[in-house]
Amino acid sequence: MALEDICNFKDKPTHKTFPFYASEDTSVSVFTEAFNFKWRGEMTSKKASDVPLEFHVPSLFKRPSSRASHSVSVRRPFPLSHGTTTLGFIFQGGVIAAADTRASAGGLVACPAVHKITPIHSHLVVTSSGSGADCMLWERILTREIRLYQLRHKRRLSISGTAKLLSLMLHPFKGTDVCVALTLCGWDKLIYVCSDGARLQGDIFSVGSGSPYAYGVLDRSLSWSLNKEEAILLAREAVFRATHRDAYSGNNVDLFHVTAEGWRQRQREDLKEEYYRDMEKRGKKMDN
Amino acid sequence: MFVSQNFGESGKMKEYHYAGPTEHRFSPYAFNGGTVLAVAGEDFAIVASDTRLSEGYSIHSRDSPKCYKLTDTTVLGCSGFHGDCLTLTKIIDARLKMYKHSNNKTMTSGAIAAMLSTILYSRRFFPYYVYNIIGGLDEQGKGAVYSFDPVGSYQRDTYKAGGSASAMLQPLLDNQIGFKNMEGVEHVPLTKDKAVQLVKDVFVSAAERDVYTGDALRICIVTKEGIEEQNIPLRKD
Repeated sequence: MALEDICNFKDKPTHKTFPFYASEDTSVSVFTEAFNFKWRGEMTSKKASDVPLEFHVPSLFKRPSSRASHSVSVRRPFPLSHGTTTLGFIFQGGVIAAADTRASAGGLVACPAVHKITPIHSHLVVTSSGSGADCMLWERILTREIRLYQLRHKRRLSISGTAKLLSLMLHPFKGTDVCVALTLCGWDKLIYVCSDGARLQGDIFSVGSGSPYAYGVLDRSLSWSLNKEEAILLAREAVFRATHRDAYSGNNVDLFHVTAEGWRQRQREDLKEEYYRDMEKRGKKMDN
Repeated sequence: MFVSQNFGESGKMKEYHYAGPTEHRFSPYAFNGGTVLAVAGEDFAIVASDTRLSEGYSIHSRDSPKCYKLTDTTVLGCSGFHGDCLTLTKIIDARLKMYKHSNNKTMTSGAIAAMLSTILYSRRFFPYYVYNIIGGLDEQGKGAVYSFDPVGSYQRDTYKAGGSASAMLQPLLDNQIGFKNMEGVEHVPLTKDKAVQLVKDVFVSAAERDVYTGDALRICIVTKEGIEEQNIPLRKD
């Protein structure tokens, strides 16, 4: 995608493109025009709300009232993947990001081994939840945009800047059924960005259908002064308990630890073994 | 297409009972059935599909395979709505040619997968109703399978089943190829002949239990020598 842009290659869309800000006439809006024909070189930084992807909006349903909301979508005959547990917290040794690996579509497990935590660059890791395709594509778009920023301005965009950029890019899709809830985990900061428009900085975030269970475990034992092993065990335990109780989370747990030196990934662990160990421990306690 | 209102989610027929006056809206989608499967081995990849094209209670064609050869090392299997499958393959062919002309090399399997993801997502608000699976060889010559959902989320796998019988076939593949849910079994690497035999057996099972799968099986075996095709008959009822 970035290569396309630098070579000034554009697929010329023959239909009305989305997002559009003008009224419901047939002229292509200013934004998409500028996007299609202008050479985006090293000139002034482009508007952050440009979306480097054009969307086809079906013209089946002509609305007599204009612009109410952008929710013209055709009824889909298939379910999309949703449902997850992800969490992130800060402690004295950096930031821990953990997530399960199940992608469910309706009642079916579409994939038992998804990567919900993706590194964007050496010091930023993003955990995704919501609709799988949306998260995957928006992460790709975000990675592309901050890489382009780095190439143009010869310095990296800060985590707050990245969060703001992402929030502004998602804003045109507010009200549609794009469902993206990302937690940007930098080495000293956690920011939660959501397609509804929320952008929050905090010390501890858990997102997804299993998040209440994860919050319960984290709130009990989390403190600033944990050492690295304790923090990793805590994150793992929180995801494990959430996968046990939430039907839409499960399979394995992924864990990333971000410090000032960069991110380190812990090997993916199958929670089936953990469950059996837990049962054994309970069995011993009952016996005593 | 005119009977599409009788379909609920995933193309299965809704039960017939009088529910009062209902408004019939035009649905741009139809469900044409079919199952696709792909398996990646050490130096080969197999993409297989049945060849039945159905709609509601009718069969439109018994010879409509769902594997499309993209390059010498990549095969795409797509099932779902046949109209969208045809358009999608046309678009992919055009983009492959454009890439070849501007970059003077053929697209690799990984690149095709990434491109297909963006093509599917550009239709986020009016999706292609297609379940895609790409099978081929990566740059190192190892087998690669990429599976997609209708809006472009994708993942590299070792094996994947998609389409109407996918929920029946996927657990069977998990067990036979992934050795899941078995304790104390030796993980033997999959040879090409064993994989082909497994695919045939698995489709015979699917044809037994899924009404939209049957008629014939088309297998495309991708190796560094090229793409070999086999046709095996399945149940026609």
